[in-house]
Amino acid sequence: MSKLIMETKDFSFTYAGVDTPSLKKINLPIKESKITALIGPSGCGKSTLLRAMNRIHDLYPGNKYEGEINLYSADGKENILNIKKENDFIKLRQRVGMIFQKPTPFPMSIFDNVAYGLKLAGIKDKTEIQERVENALKGAAIWNETKDRLHTSALGMSGGQQQRLCIARAVALKPEVMLFDEPTSALDPISTGAIEELISELKNDVSIVIVTHNMQQASRLSDYTAFMYLGDLIEYDKTDIIFMNPKEKLTEDYITGRFG
Amino acid sequence: MNRLLLNKIILMLSTLSAIIGISFLFWILATLTYKGVSSIHLSTFSQDLVNGGIRNLLVGQFTMAIIASLIAVPLGMFAGIWLREYSNGSKLASIIRNLSDVMMSAPSIVIGVFVYALFVVPFGGYNGFAGIIALAIMMIPIIISTTDNMLALVPKELREAGVALGGSKHKIILQIVIKAAKVGITTGVLLSFARIIGETAPLLFTSANSQFFTMDLTEQFPSLTVSIYNLATYPDEASRELAWSASFILTAIVLIINLTGRYMTRNKK
Repeated sequence: MSKLIMETKDFSFTYAGVDTPSLKKINLPIKESKITALIGPSGCGKSTLLRAMNRIHDLYPGNKYEGEINLYSADGKENILNIKKENDFIKLRQRVGMIFQKPTPFPMSIFDNVAYGLKLAGIKDKTEIQERVENALKGAAIWNETKDRLHTSALGMSGGQQQRLCIARAVALKPEVMLFDEPTSALDPISTGAIEELISELKNDVSIVIVTHNMQQASRLSDYTAFMYLGDLIEYDKTDIIFMNPKEKLTEDYITGRFG
Repeated sequence: MNRLLLNKIILMLSTLSAIIGISFLFWILATLTYKGVSSIHLSTFSQDLVNGGIRNLLVGQFTMAIIASLIAVPLGMFAGIWLREYSNGSKLASIIRNLSDVMMSAPSIVIGVFVYALFVVPFGGYNGFAGIIALAIMMIPIIISTTDNMLALVPKELREAGVALGGSKHKIILQIVIKAAKVGITTGVLLSFARIIGETAPLLFTSANSQFFTMDLTEQFPSLTVSIYNLATYPDEASRELAWSASFILTAIVLIINLTGRYMTRNKK
């Protein structure tokens, strides 16, 4: 058994202004340096769960968290649901990065896009920034395409390049966990292939949670898979087992395409 | 057959209406150019109104409009930012948004009267500050609504991405969201500036007018638009000619600012 990096314990989540919880008592382990895929039909709560893991929900007021989400480190575990101070939120998000469905380059140059997070993290040394931007772009397999136009606008890149830039931006902060919210659903097959390759390379340095609608993607990429349905975690296991030999009837029905 | 005929009739009617509408615009522009250009001389720009020029009027009009913008742009932008980014759709926000929209269509003469009562009567006379305040009041709701609408066009994912990278909300808004909406907001500022630079009613009994060159905002202040209003009613030929050339110059200024604004929007990515 590999080590835990994160876990949710009896985690429930209720959106503002709604009576019934969107997530009900979820118990999900996230293993260190592994890829965990969250699958399930639309509205099952997989994105909601993912967005709780760096508390991005807190941008909008009135949501309710119950239970625990623990983030492990050398000093033990920390329940991220207890975070209240702005500074602690910033630290959390530096430790748990996020990539969205639509590429979200900032309206600035390619270099500045990656440097921005570093500056937010309080890094002022110019040579260090330079170095880490370069390493991040290399790490996101986009250095060769961008090294000659680092100071042109990131908005001029293709969708796939923009998404890799966003990954580079997150990688630059050396997070412990990276959350991917359907990172390829807005991209063409070739860009999708490049991103998938990148994600599997990243797992050596960072633990990954990925929400996907694409079952092949989940089976290709992930080590563990969690199947969710209507706010419940139905089944969690090694990816091979989920796809070859699921224990639950519901999981099997979904995976074989009987509903979804 | 009937369908085709109807189609032709509608097409003809709409073409005709378009031509009528546009021809009035060209008529105005042509008359202004014809009457205006012929009476523009070098002295029009080098002399003050007292000597038959409009130098002090141009300086006065721009001074008031620019200071009004310096007040209205930050105020309106912060209000717009609050409405879009911080109010979370509260009741208060929708009340303010509606009030601001009502303010935008408030007759400018009413704003003039309001400022007259508040900033002219108590201070014992017309003054430049009152004119500036009236123009700023006109401008603020336009800036609020532009900022509000332009920020609404910025996808929420961009804010989330910034926050997910470890930014605090205000940093992301000021450094990224505003930047993404920059072109739209700048266009709005330019268009609202074009709007107030051509206003007469709010100045008529706030800053009134002055024949002389002055930078003293506590006194009556020279205004191009109010001068046009006055000059056009004078019986002598020279005054009316000056009114024509002033009108032409004002139109040209407004047109240039407007076109710049539109050009910027068209070239935005």
